[in-house]
Amino acid sequence: MAGYLPEQALQPLIYDIGAPGRSGVNLPECDVPRATLPAELTRDDLPLPEVGEVQVVRHFVKLSQLNYSIDQGLYPLGSCTMKYNPKINEDAARLPGFAQLHPLTDESGAQGALFLMHELQGWLGEISGFEAVSLSPAAGAQGEFAGILMIRQYHIDRGEGQRDIILVPNSAHGTNPATVTMAGMEVRELPADAQGNVDMRALHAACEGDLRDRIAGMMITVPSTLGLFESTILEVIETVHDAGGLMYMDGANMNALMGVVKPGELGFDVMHYNLHKTFSTPHGGGGPGSGAVGVNEKLKPYLPGPIVEVVAEEDGDTPPLYGFVMPEKSIGRMKAFHGNFGMHLRAYAYIRVYGDSGIRDVTRYAVLNANYLRARLMRSYRVPYPRYCGHEFVLEGHIEGVDEVHALDISKRLMDYGFHPPTNYFPLIVPEALLIEPTETEVKEDLDAFVEAMERIAEEARTEPETLLNAPHTAPVRRLDEVRAAKELVLCCAPALPSYS
Amino acid sequence: MSYIPHTPAETRAMLAEIGVRSIDELFEAAPQSHRFPALDLPPPMSEMEVAAEMLAISEANDHGQDFAIFRGAGAYHHFIPSVVNHILLRGEFYTAYTPYQPEISQGTLQATYEYQSMMCALTGMDAANASHYDGATSLAEAVTVALEASRHRRRKVILSHAIHPQYREVVRAYHQGRDIRIIGDRGRGEIVDLLEMLDDNTAMLALQYPNFFGQIDDLATVAEAVHEAGALLVIVANPMALSLFKSPGELGADIVVGEGQSMGVPLGFGGPYLGYFAIRQKYVRRIAGRIIGETRDADGKRAFVMTLRPREQDIKRERATSNICTNQGLMALAASVYMALMGKNGLRQVGELNYHKAHYAAERINRLDGYSVDMSKPFFNEFVVACPRPVEEINTALLEEGIIGGYDLGPHYFHLQDHMLVCVTETNGKDEIDRLVEVMGGLG
Amino acid sequence: MGDWKTPANLKYSESDEWFALDGDIVTIGITDYAQDQLNDIVYVEFRDPGDSIDAGDSFGEVESVKAASELYSVVPGEITEVNTALEDEPETVNADPFGAGWMVKIRASDLAGLDSLMDAAAYDAYCDSR
Repeated sequence: MAGYLPEQALQPLIYDIGAPGRSGVNLPECDVPRATLPAELTRDDLPLPEVGEVQVVRHFVKLSQLNYSIDQGLYPLGSCTMKYNPKINEDAARLPGFAQLHPLTDESGAQGALFLMHELQGWLGEISGFEAVSLSPAAGAQGEFAGILMIRQYHIDRGEGQRDIILVPNSAHGTNPATVTMAGMEVRELPADAQGNVDMRALHAACEGDLRDRIAGMMITVPSTLGLFESTILEVIETVHDAGGLMYMDGANMNALMGVVKPGELGFDVMHYNLHKTFSTPHGGGGPGSGAVGVNEKLKPYLPGPIVEVVAEEDGDTPPLYGFVMPEKSIGRMKAFHGNFGMHLRAYAYIRVYGDSGIRDVTRYAVLNANYLRARLMRSYRVPYPRYCGHEFVLEGHIEGVDEVHALDISKRLMDYGFHPPTNYFPLIVPEALLIEPTETEVKEDLDAFVEAMERIAEEARTEPETLLNAPHTAPVRRLDEVRAAKELVLCCAPALPSYS
Repeated sequence: MSYIPHTPAETRAMLAEIGVRSIDELFEAAPQSHRFPALDLPPPMSEMEVAAEMLAISEANDHGQDFAIFRGAGAYHHFIPSVVNHILLRGEFYTAYTPYQPEISQGTLQATYEYQSMMCALTGMDAANASHYDGATSLAEAVTVALEASRHRRRKVILSHAIHPQYREVVRAYHQGRDIRIIGDRGRGEIVDLLEMLDDNTAMLALQYPNFFGQIDDLATVAEAVHEAGALLVIVANPMALSLFKSPGELGADIVVGEGQSMGVPLGFGGPYLGYFAIRQKYVRRIAGRIIGETRDADGKRAFVMTLRPREQDIKRERATSNICTNQGLMALAASVYMALMGKNGLRQVGELNYHKAHYAAERINRLDGYSVDMSKPFFNEFVVACPRPVEEINTALLEEGIIGGYDLGPHYFHLQDHMLVCVTETNGKDEIDRLVEVMGGLG
Repeated sequence: MGDWKTPANLKYSESDEWFALDGDIVTIGITDYAQDQLNDIVYVEFRDPGDSIDAGDSFGEVESVKAASELYSVVPGEITEVNTALEDEPETVNADPFGAGWMVKIRASDLAGLDSLMDAAAYDAYCDSR
């Protein structure tokens, strides 16, 4: 295959390697009599690749080498909490007692898994001050969806089904407004004030004006997507509650809250957790995630199911029996079976390692790292909002006097220095935003190296802007033609099948 | 401090740089009345202790290394070649984020593009997305696409009762806030009965293939009837069965969704799994979730990038049709490696092993006194057995012999009391099947 | 003032559509300012000819690589024609927004909505202020 370069590709497509008749597996002979296949129902062609095992291994190993990952270095992607993913958790997930456990195993034969889920529900509730937790949502966005559906049903059951408006700050993640629409409700956006807090005048106007009886609740991220604790959060909660609405906390930034405040104690009615952010389960190149949802007494009957409860108490030598239960007025099932259990067990192991005395340190050092970077980077970049940040902070990716250089160019140039860029252009309310979240697992030397790279980039912007505008120079590919991708829409390289007519 | 690397000297230096004396000073904006609550959690543990505890918890479960599994019902115990796990354990894959920065994510992007392509090959569709959470949520998202395709003028969704009961629950949960009607699955309606429900208010009709009972329905004329009514045909397919049976594309499906767990993803107590979603070109812009497309870089080199981005929640916000953002990327990679390894011939062989073994088991069970197997339609690797006594009793007896028996259909289908859904895969040797038949026979 | 064209013979909405009236037929497209903000347009989609819409309804959508915008009409009526040439060559909207890049024609049942629109000078001022 040497010299194979169709249109100068990095790595040939799996369909472009192999040979007819080759296979990458060695399967056992059939040890039972063969049955007859119904010829009229079977297919003629199965256009999959024909590649040997060694080829498959090399193909995917080479592809892996084109990626950047946490295991290679600092990944300061704001709002994504790219912390180290402990290796022991991967080992645990592959134990046969977990990996080869059928989800519909009789509950008596899954007591280990049910115990683990029950413990995790309790720990997540304790960390955030909530009465009950369901582990069933498959990702943060599904947790949000479950939360808003619960709020909706709560109002309907109280005869207040006209409450159909959810307030969302304009700094919110896109999932928030999209969730509200999915639930068949209406979004009202709230502006931020100069400090990055929710504009209280706009909030009062919304909650005390004509729409008061239509306010179902509010979704808010704490600390905000700017990485700031809203100093007015208690007033926000009270204002919405007074209007008859419920408060949803987007838990994407929980890494700034553990052991600092419990959202349930602040007055939130419901929140979601991102186990793949705060609790170290790997992001997997885009998933799987896991988005448990926690609620107070009011919403407990509405939790998505199933949840794990003790169905028979401990009795002498007999341990308690755990079982799945569908909450009384459950909004239903968010996915088949009972959530992304593989993520539950990793989060369990993670919390177990830190324990009562350590989990607060996760947040303390995440916030220390972020403030350290912020303090150092303030010298070379404009940092809006002159306050200490939470676990992340935003800076403006704009160098004074060099208008042609944008946040995107700084990001791309960081790749040449061996770093993953921060989050670009979010939150939308800060121009040229670069949202930086180092996480607690980063060592000082690497933070210092990142600062140095950012300083050199700021200098390059002034002296040789072209270097930034054409960056990256050392990545596997240069900037991509996204217009071409969207116009030509080449989404599949498999040979076409006989078409239906 | 576990995964926190700071030395006291470094912490002091960092605090000095920030200009505070303690870390706690950084939290002054958090409401003082609620700051630093006590946490009632167990004490910390070393890695050695955690490893031992995880092992102990895992061994409190009846799993596939100690038990012969004859249970499927939406989650299947298949052989996973060793290569799959080794690739998944590459940190470059599993510790990366969503490929928003394509220049340093070509590995994830190309692997996902290849996954999309192989899913198209299996399903006979033109395009597939990078995945949804699982088969059930893929079906729920297909409903949204069908409603959108009719511009919300059509408000009726027809589901077969032979779609996985939990999938139908998820569809109802997803769409509880919408003004639509979901019908067809309350009775025991055959496909012909469902076709009679089609009208000009119907957005889609969904069938499962093989259906929840393992059967392959004859779908030759279904698409025509559905399309004549102006509705979309959605097929929920087990990709493993597509190794042998006609692709849904060939049968005229507009959207094909399903659970990809069969291909390289372990049982794992129900997740993370892999919702796949494939569609005809005509509707491709209505898909929710990430889609990878081919393009060129500034030097003309072929490369891959997330495309059709404006559909997604981070851009379209309240106008997006779904809030999905994180998907099941790593599971799509598992399926990709699995399909590449198996390839054209291997996957067919696995499919045949499933077919032959299931038929061998079905025929033997059917000959047992008191039992009968529904052989009215062709089936793949699952079949329904009418039992002479409650399924629970039979399963208890099987469990004592190290066998996890079939799934009890009674709780979901009133007319199927004392019926079990038995699944046989390539992992079940003849000796296991014979033991299953023997124990069941003893209870006849 | 920015670097965009605003023909004096058209009327403009705050959501950046232009409107031209000929008898009872209203032709609609997006402005030069709008196409510039969107950048490379890669896709357009319109409601079908024969569809009736109300004032304030969306008649279609336009997408670039980074954004998607709904298109709104200020007049009610029946869509009589859509510019199908844009389906294959959406970049025409970038190249000639007021000419070959027109989008739909509507047989208006009520023209009152046009009164609320801005003239070219007012629209330029509006764009400048953003």
